[in-house]
Amino acid sequence: MDIQTWTWILVGITFALYIGIAIWSRAGSTKEFYVAGGGVSPLANGLATAADWMSAASFISMAGLISFNGYDGSVYLMGWTGGYVLLALLLAPYLRKFGKFTVPDFIGDRYYSNVARLVAVVCALLVSFTYVAGQMRGVGLVFSRFLEVNINTGVMIGMIIVLFYAVLGGMKGITYTQVAQYCVLIFAFMVPAIFISIQMTNNPIPQLGFGGADEQGVYLLDKLDRLHRDLGFAEYTSGNKSMLDVFLITAALMVGTAGLPHVIVRFFTVKKVSDARKSAGWALLFIAILYTTAPAVAVFSRTNLIETVSNTPYDEAPDWFKNWETTGLIKFDDKNGDGKIQYLADKNTNELTVDRDIMVLANPEIANLPNWVIALVAAGGLAAALSTAAGLLLVISSSVSHDLIKKMIKPTITEKGELRAARISAVVAVCVAGYFGIHPPDFVAATVALAFGLAAASFFPAIILGIFSKRMNKEGAIAGMIVGILLMLFYMTKFKFDWFGGGTKEDWWFGISPEGFGTVAMIVNFTVAICVSRFTPKPPEEVQEIVENIRIPSGVGAAQNH
Amino acid sequence: MSYQQKATSYWKKNIQYLIVLLIIWFLVSFGAGILFKEELDTIRIGGFKLGFWFAQQGAIYVFVILIFVYVRLMNRLDKKYGFETKDES
Repeated sequence: MDIQTWTWILVGITFALYIGIAIWSRAGSTKEFYVAGGGVSPLANGLATAADWMSAASFISMAGLISFNGYDGSVYLMGWTGGYVLLALLLAPYLRKFGKFTVPDFIGDRYYSNVARLVAVVCALLVSFTYVAGQMRGVGLVFSRFLEVNINTGVMIGMIIVLFYAVLGGMKGITYTQVAQYCVLIFAFMVPAIFISIQMTNNPIPQLGFGGADEQGVYLLDKLDRLHRDLGFAEYTSGNKSMLDVFLITAALMVGTAGLPHVIVRFFTVKKVSDARKSAGWALLFIAILYTTAPAVAVFSRTNLIETVSNTPYDEAPDWFKNWETTGLIKFDDKNGDGKIQYLADKNTNELTVDRDIMVLANPEIANLPNWVIALVAAGGLAAALSTAAGLLLVISSSVSHDLIKKMIKPTITEKGELRAARISAVVAVCVAGYFGIHPPDFVAATVALAFGLAAASFFPAIILGIFSKRMNKEGAIAGMIVGILLMLFYMTKFKFDWFGGGTKEDWWFGISPEGFGTVAMIVNFTVAICVSRFTPKPPEEVQEIVENIRIPSGVGAAQNH
Repeated sequence: MSYQQKATSYWKKNIQYLIVLLIIWFLVSFGAGILFKEELDTIRIGGFKLGFWFAQQGAIYVFVILIFVYVRLMNRLDKKYGFETKDES
């Protein structure tokens, strides 16, 4: 069977599965809609969190990103996993004990202020919308490349599927679909990785094959370092970025991960505090399977790419090269007219440009794997994009229906009315996300980094201080969040969109990139919050009691039920 | 011990665990993977330079272990202080 038939079959089966699960697990109450009834097992929650977390970017782009950046790509590997340690140790158990539905709920109650709640809602919406646009685009891209439908049609199909199970099932539907989606995406990622690892190093475990040797006994990483030197690139295992920048970007991604509302809210769905800790462990284990394989895939595909195309006459280039050339993701420009492909670091003599997404998408073709494996990658990419989109849409809809409508605008709303409001806001959110997917703003790529920076600069300090400092009051927290966000927005817009006079790499403050600046903004947030709180009144008695209460997993006033 | 005393000493113990675990968390990622990467790269394990291995593999393995260690420590602590939650619903 050809690739396209296989793809339709696999995508069809997985979509039918997701819809089936959604119908089986539809939500009947707001508690089920927001937090899946609060009775998800730690293992299932771990699987769902892993699928929620690993987006189209993790599945499709990350290995390619590492492939082109070598050691510098480590910031994503450490940053997007290390955040889970912070989550498990510093946030998840206490927020679960607090026992509410959303992150703004915690901020609003802990800081006894609707201003704080509103600031949190705005941050949650900003972070989630920037993120979700990229996911819908990812769905469209997979459809257009593998099934040869128009990108916009692909986005529409994705919208309808997400709409169906997010609106019908709420958190409950999403959770169980995400469990299925994790299985699909990890299988789709591992199968080609294992095949290629065997081909290149005779070792079926990519994590080990990555440090293995080829038939001549030359270590793969040494070979790649040599190839890089020969072509004028920085050594693969050394990288280009300054140590300070690598440090700060890693920190911003870690802290941002721990502050993302769609990740935090997953820990509200388990039964008790000890389950929240445990499910963070499961989640990271499941994430680590993909995240430790990705750098191996990056090395395999990089070596493969250079060895196959470098200095090869264009007429003898393999089939996959021509196939992907027609999609515009590989470009060849014979500058010196010798008919051979020169792939070099020097921009003036380099003749080959390769889009980073190809590293995962074209990998099975490069390695001559069977057609069903290629189709599997498409199904996996869709699972990754859809699961993340659904999680984000839920945060958006609960921020609107619960935090804005129920808590601020119309507290008298009935349970049924709130559930209806949640569903309507989910529908609106899907449509907005779809619109951005079809008409992507130029800044989508830049805003993903912005989402992490914003989460790091706003939520993280407010939540940490809310748990670990009884003295922290509303004045401090609000001042910290506002200063943190504004500083981050200023730096990002200045250097990414050329506002406020713009600037180039040379103008970066202390050589800090906008991606790493989230760490600085976070430190500023902490400092402002602590200083302001020392000059303003203590929080009221009952709030200090809340803090003491969330520190204990059980006991007096245990908030077991919502 | 009164409830208040128990709560205070439970929290102190929790903070101690956090400090130790977070120091390890920092050392394997920011330490071995970034700050001391160059030095560690002179040591090789198979085809890997050690600093590079920590940055792309080792740190992640340690992260997973750290969380499960924390889970065990806290479950024991909960039990010791009688703060464990029983299944309710």
